[in-house]
Amino acid sequence: MLIARDLRKHFPVKGGSGKSVRAVDGISFSVGKGETLGVVGESGCGKSTLARLLLHLIKPDTGELVFDGDPVGTASGIAVDALRRQVQMVFQDSYSSLNPRMPVRDSVAFGPFVQGKKKNEARHIAGEMLVKVGLDPGLFGPRYPHELSGGQKQRVNIARALATGPRMVILDEPVSALDKSVEAQVLNLLRALKRQFKLTYVFISHDLNVVQYISDRVLVMYLGRVVEIGPIEAIFERPLHPYTRALLASRPSMNPAQRIEEPPITGDPPNPIDPPSGCRFHTRCPFAEKVCETTDPALGPSQGPQPHIAACHMRDPLSGHSGYGPL
Amino acid sequence: MGSAATLPVSPPHPSPLPANGAREYSAAVLTTDTVVLDQPRDAFEEQAIPATRVRGYWQSVFYRLRHDPVTLSFAAIVLLIVLAAICAPLIAPFDPFKESIVGRLKPFGWRGHPLGTDELGRDMLSRLIYGGRVSLMMGVVPVLIASLVGGLLGVVGGFVGGRTNTAIMRTMDVFYAFPSVLLAVAIAGAMGGGMANGMLALTLVFIPPMCRVAETATTQIRALDFIEAARASGARTTTIIRYHILGNVLGPVFIYASSLVSVSILLASGLSFLGLGVRPPVPDWGLMLSTLRQSIYVVPFVCALPGVAIFITSMCCNLVSDGLRAAMDVRM
Repeated sequence: MLIARDLRKHFPVKGGSGKSVRAVDGISFSVGKGETLGVVGESGCGKSTLARLLLHLIKPDTGELVFDGDPVGTASGIAVDALRRQVQMVFQDSYSSLNPRMPVRDSVAFGPFVQGKKKNEARHIAGEMLVKVGLDPGLFGPRYPHELSGGQKQRVNIARALATGPRMVILDEPVSALDKSVEAQVLNLLRALKRQFKLTYVFISHDLNVVQYISDRVLVMYLGRVVEIGPIEAIFERPLHPYTRALLASRPSMNPAQRIEEPPITGDPPNPIDPPSGCRFHTRCPFAEKVCETTDPALGPSQGPQPHIAACHMRDPLSGHSGYGPL
Repeated sequence: MGSAATLPVSPPHPSPLPANGAREYSAAVLTTDTVVLDQPRDAFEEQAIPATRVRGYWQSVFYRLRHDPVTLSFAAIVLLIVLAAICAPLIAPFDPFKESIVGRLKPFGWRGHPLGTDELGRDMLSRLIYGGRVSLMMGVVPVLIASLVGGLLGVVGGFVGGRTNTAIMRTMDVFYAFPSVLLAVAIAGAMGGGMANGMLALTLVFIPPMCRVAETATTQIRALDFIEAARASGARTTTIIRYHILGNVLGPVFIYASSLVSVSILLASGLSFLGLGVRPPVPDWGLMLSTLRQSIYVVPFVCALPGVAIFITSMCCNLVSDGLRAAMDVRM
């Protein structure tokens, strides 16, 4: 449904040093119709930038987006406006993603309104959408965001995103700011809505449990790159990349006997202004060898409709890395 | 190095949300659409009616104002002054322009003049009431125009950002660099006296700070996610400014404008005092203060009256503005 090819976005650093933050540095992937693609990675790895690139809220430096077979933003393809009719976004911060001076019903109605609906029609749609997300429009519609709880606000945000009738929704950490109990409700709601409206999700999160619960496929990002992508079961049962393994291992265990004493991964990710040479993970990778410092590993060749591939020399027989072998 | 044992790969352990179990659970709950719709309402997230009635922003501002007796009483004084100025012909006991050779500089209560007479024998009370018209006009009109122009410039600059913003704001900074009194005197002096020129001078003085307030507010709002969400739903810049920016910028601009009214009254009086504002014989508090200055040893209390009027009006305006700020400055 959506194909991203070699998306790249560098933000120039102020001060004229000519350097730039490589927020998203050459990302390619595709999202199939009706599936949920989870995107995971540490803070600052470019997840949110990727989300904004997918909506053309910021223009990519290079690379292209193909939506339903039409390149986005080119003369021959579909316009950015048309893309925005099809793709919507739910933001992480439910507070700042609603206008504090606007009743939430009007916030939901704004999308249909700017897309040409009459004010009354838009209000009507907003009321229906509020019902769909489990809020009584008569009770909650006239309220202002500060009168709602975090979970209710996030429901309103979901209603706002769905009000324009999109086919694809990008969810940028939609449950990260919520309590665990509310989080589960919102996740269930998202799954129900997905089924009802036949939606496609790109679900961005740093919480692996949430991603595991909701995704069909997972894309693991590190410093603006894709390090691993594959079906959910494959990634969680047989992670290929050391970074993915470290992420999985850093989840707190429910079994007290398997308490994690040492963090499997330490320190902060390197500065994306000056990413490490070769493999970007080699500074924190326990398996790093000479080849990792010099050569940038390619994302393995994709076979099949849902390949499970990783960008690691240990998965490439020709790299010369001693760690190559079956897992 | 290089052995898999160095990196603790977690063996399969029960995760908090087991993928399969959770899916089965949700499938059981969410089988049909009706269940889907009802399910969130049954959840234990509170959905009760809140204790307080649902109020809009302005409603809650008025609610707080109604419960602030200090601001209300000062607002009443301002209202009284405004009403007196508007109804001047009805309530003034004498013609403010009628001179009298014998009745010059008389004290309070002299021959039916409750507040005495000025240096040309005109009734002080009547002149003070008429003078309020000019002073209030000079206080409000420049602020209004400056709010419109400066606010618009600030919103546009703040929202568009980049070079447009730099151009607007640096131009404002040039004006900002001058002390406001000096700037007003310079502009009024260059264009000559008169009420219109005085107002123009004051407007020009007030545009830069107004613009800065609007720009700051806009820049803050623009960074919030709901602007991005509005763009994502396909809204044009003008639509976003109209529906999402203006409502949020209006508050700070209004608060600041209300605080400028008293400054404007003071500056206008100052201009008139220096002979750069209203021309005689039009009654104006600043001008009256200036012409009565020489008689301060003859009838000191009468001479001080225009100053008292200026003081009371500007102080009340200031206090009302403070009350407004308190009522409107709420984190929402």
